[in-house]
Amino acid sequence: MLELFTELTGNALLGMIINSLIPLVFVIPLALFFVWLERKVSAHMQDRLGPMITGSHGWLQTFADVLKLLQKEDIIPADADRKLFTIAPILVFAGSYAAFAAIPFSSAYIGSEIDMGIFYVVAVSGLVVAGILMAGWSSNNKYSLLGAMRSVAQIISYEIPTVLVILSIVVLAGTLNLLKISEMQTAYFWNWFIFGGPEPGLIKFLLIPFMFAGFLILYISSLAEVNRTPFDIPEAESELVAGYHTEYSGMKFAMFFLSEYANMFVVSAIVSAVFFGGYQSPFGYLGNSLGISWLVPIEQFFWFTAKGIFFVFVQMWLRWTLPRLRVDQLMAVCWKYLIPYSFVNLIIIAFLELYR
Amino acid sequence: MLTEFGKILIFLLIAVIFVLIGFLTARIIRPKRPTHEKLLTYECGEEIQGSPWVKFNARFYVVALIFLIFDVEVVLLFPWALVYKEFGIAGFLTGFLFLVILGIGMIYEWRKGDLEWDRPVIQPPLVKKTEN
Repeated sequence: MLELFTELTGNALLGMIINSLIPLVFVIPLALFFVWLERKVSAHMQDRLGPMITGSHGWLQTFADVLKLLQKEDIIPADADRKLFTIAPILVFAGSYAAFAAIPFSSAYIGSEIDMGIFYVVAVSGLVVAGILMAGWSSNNKYSLLGAMRSVAQIISYEIPTVLVILSIVVLAGTLNLLKISEMQTAYFWNWFIFGGPEPGLIKFLLIPFMFAGFLILYISSLAEVNRTPFDIPEAESELVAGYHTEYSGMKFAMFFLSEYANMFVVSAIVSAVFFGGYQSPFGYLGNSLGISWLVPIEQFFWFTAKGIFFVFVQMWLRWTLPRLRVDQLMAVCWKYLIPYSFVNLIIIAFLELYR
Repeated sequence: MLTEFGKILIFLLIAVIFVLIGFLTARIIRPKRPTHEKLLTYECGEEIQGSPWVKFNARFYVVALIFLIFDVEVVLLFPWALVYKEFGIAGFLTGFLFLVILGIGMIYEWRKGDLEWDRPVIQPPLVKKTEN
């Protein structure tokens, strides 16, 4: 894709800029779609209809919301720290957008082929943590501060099981690059890492239960990292109003909202990239069997989006299934269950991989 | 030619510019009619009680410290995970030893009650009294 843009514009830098704009064109409509989907899923699970007025089945509802938020007066409380208050939403959005740079959308498109890949994605999510703490602190509001503290404590705690599970995939794949990790799990679904990876043999079958355990740990901790139910005490409406973005209004609030939904897709994309083959199709490509080579990347893009949306849907589903955890339970789940289990999981996977 | 990290810099810049464009558009469209009440800190519509910088639970610091220890050690495990296969069983045992030491640290923290969210009860030292 990068070569194509460079050729079209005749300039490497300009081509690169257009190349980096692609995720933006993809993420913004997707995030708007997720906001609408969240409402519809919640509504149908509670036997309601959800938004129905704006457009057929309310599909224009989020566009209307964005227009409304654009026109909203931007209130910065007199006591707030104005500079940090403005920087915080920028930082949060930059953190969630930068993560898209290392995620392969299909074999033809990846923003940046850094070899650090998944390590970089985990690291750059740290910007979101800094932004959240900044928002809570600068608002000068009790709810915001408490919400931000809880949110940060939760995100950093659950980062450890996430990284440990990712490590076990790194052990199997021998690379950190997400493009290479996705490439390995090619062709059919039994080559996915959830089914023990692409190499056949006895070890592959021995690995399967540990890969399932790893997937569960990763999915649970990714829920916590994006502050979704059952880990949504940072935004517990009944006690903290709206958590760290209580004081935000207008476009600044919209940015928090946008990056929240973009982040949901990022964690789903990572889960699908490390366990479910990323952009790979579960059963071969139509383009390959028909002999049309340009169809393959498009199919891959479709599978990538479909897997991402599926995992986001499961996140929404869980929201209406599970009650919220208490703060001590939240910490106990992370430190006393997920981290020890993921340690043992990593050791066992590393040991089994040795005898491949 | 741009390096791969240069591309990431472009990604970050695009994100920042996108947000700034959003803010600018909103600034052109939106009204600006601040009043004293609007600019007050939100507290469910009541009068503000005291400073917003309340005392929060000191456990947050403990969690941050434990996280720091674990995160640094996990980062050290990344290079190990990439190359240990080349060293065979010796490579595995190196990482295993590292994880065991980390695990002992974790058991110690658990035993001391630092993983509990409620304030840990200080236990008397586990030394048996010798009978004379």
